[in-house]
Amino acid sequence: MTDRTARARTDWWLVAAALAVVAAYARVIWFTPAEATQGLVQKIYYLHLPAALNAYIAFAVVAVTSVVYLWLKDPRADRLAESSAEVGLLFTTVVLTTGPIWGKPVWGTWWTWDARLTLTLFLWFIYAGYLVLRGAVTEPGMRARYSAVLGILGALLIPFIHMSVYLFRTLHPMPIVLKPDRPSLPPEMLQTLMLSFAAFFFTYVVLTRARFGLAVERAKLAMREGSSDGER
Amino acid sequence: MRDAIIGPRAASVSANEPTNLPGVLHAAWLIARKDLAIEFRTRTAFFSSIVFALLGLTIFYFAWDPTAVAAIDIAPGVLWVIFTFSGLLGLQRSFGVEQADGAMDALLAAPVDREAIYLGKALANVLFVAGVQAIALPALALFYSVPLGGVWLPLAGIALLAAVGIVAVGTLFSAMAVNTRLAELLLPMLSLPFFLPIVTAAAQTTARLVAGRPAAEAWPWLRILLGFDLVFVVACAVAFPYTLDE
Repeated sequence: MTDRTARARTDWWLVAAALAVVAAYARVIWFTPAEATQGLVQKIYYLHLPAALNAYIAFAVVAVTSVVYLWLKDPRADRLAESSAEVGLLFTTVVLTTGPIWGKPVWGTWWTWDARLTLTLFLWFIYAGYLVLRGAVTEPGMRARYSAVLGILGALLIPFIHMSVYLFRTLHPMPIVLKPDRPSLPPEMLQTLMLSFAAFFFTYVVLTRARFGLAVERAKLAMREGSSDGER
Repeated sequence: MRDAIIGPRAASVSANEPTNLPGVLHAAWLIARKDLAIEFRTRTAFFSSIVFALLGLTIFYFAWDPTAVAAIDIAPGVLWVIFTFSGLLGLQRSFGVEQADGAMDALLAAPVDREAIYLGKALANVLFVAGVQAIALPALALFYSVPLGGVWLPLAGIALLAAVGIVAVGTLFSAMAVNTRLAELLLPMLSLPFFLPIVTAAAQTTARLVAGRPAAEAWPWLRILLGFDLVFVVACAVAFPYTLDE
């Protein structure tokens, strides 16, 4: 009976995150000026960049929690790494989907082997591999150690992919917000971007929290099944 | 002879002693020699990797229009894709051979450091990959009419650097992949993203060497290759003990 009530429970944090993204996008569509040369299509920027930044945050969390796991052997660190990787992969998928939609009208091509596109694609490959590895190991301790090792090596790999793809030429615009001097974005666009980023970050936290809860429940289930196996 | 092998190991490498480098290297050499002896006696993986590499070179030749693109333009790329994939064949076996009769447990029970197991396995794999390269490289020169005459020595150096990088990561992932449900599928899936910087750097350097460009043009790529080897040999040797049962 308790199980049924648990299943029917709504995660209000998820609802709040969805509302925040809707609110941010309402501002993007109706209350932010269109970009002068690109027109309306540029509005995908407020989806594309926040998703990309949050994907980076998510993968940074994977790297840090992986180190913490190998150091302290705390299963919570492993579950957080797992949850963050999954949400990060989701955000990377958003980046890789919105990018071509934006690229086709602006660059005239859906895909180009530009440095940052390639890097994002490889981020997707690394963390897709990470999740496949997790699915391929059944023993929880071994799964946690293996995935922590891959989580750390994956983070070490990123600068190397970055360097090698930048030695090829690049088409992607250089950063205009996160750069040493002042951001060169008009203030109303910057505010919208910040709002959108905050909404996406909130979504990242809430999704990771929900996924973490699932990981905890799965561990409990595995333990219960394991102990009942033992009794038999 | 046998005492001569076991004697120094028992004396110099002991689980209780703190890690001493010559001991680790000696133990690594013994493990590499064991793997190479198995390979030399069966010759299955080495032979099939060479046939695979030669087949790959042949099939690539027929996969594009030779009237549109000159063979020499495509040769460096073909070479490095083939090296990478034939390397994976050898890596797959590296820990696969330890699965029979609980050989891995015996290896872990041996009084050697775990880093030595990794280094020994990696050393055997480097020699394996280098052996495949030593045959595939002349074959490439023959099939694609690449003039290797003046550049074979620097090219061999690049091949060795690339082999070290491929093997450093591949050996670790091979140790992990054998214990999973997707063994054969997982190794390429985990390794190939890591091979991107190696393949890019090696292919770009090779292309510049073969085209007779000045060495300075290849230097930025070579730096990536050197940095990759350094970072991942150390990182993977440190990470390897974590992939073993405690």
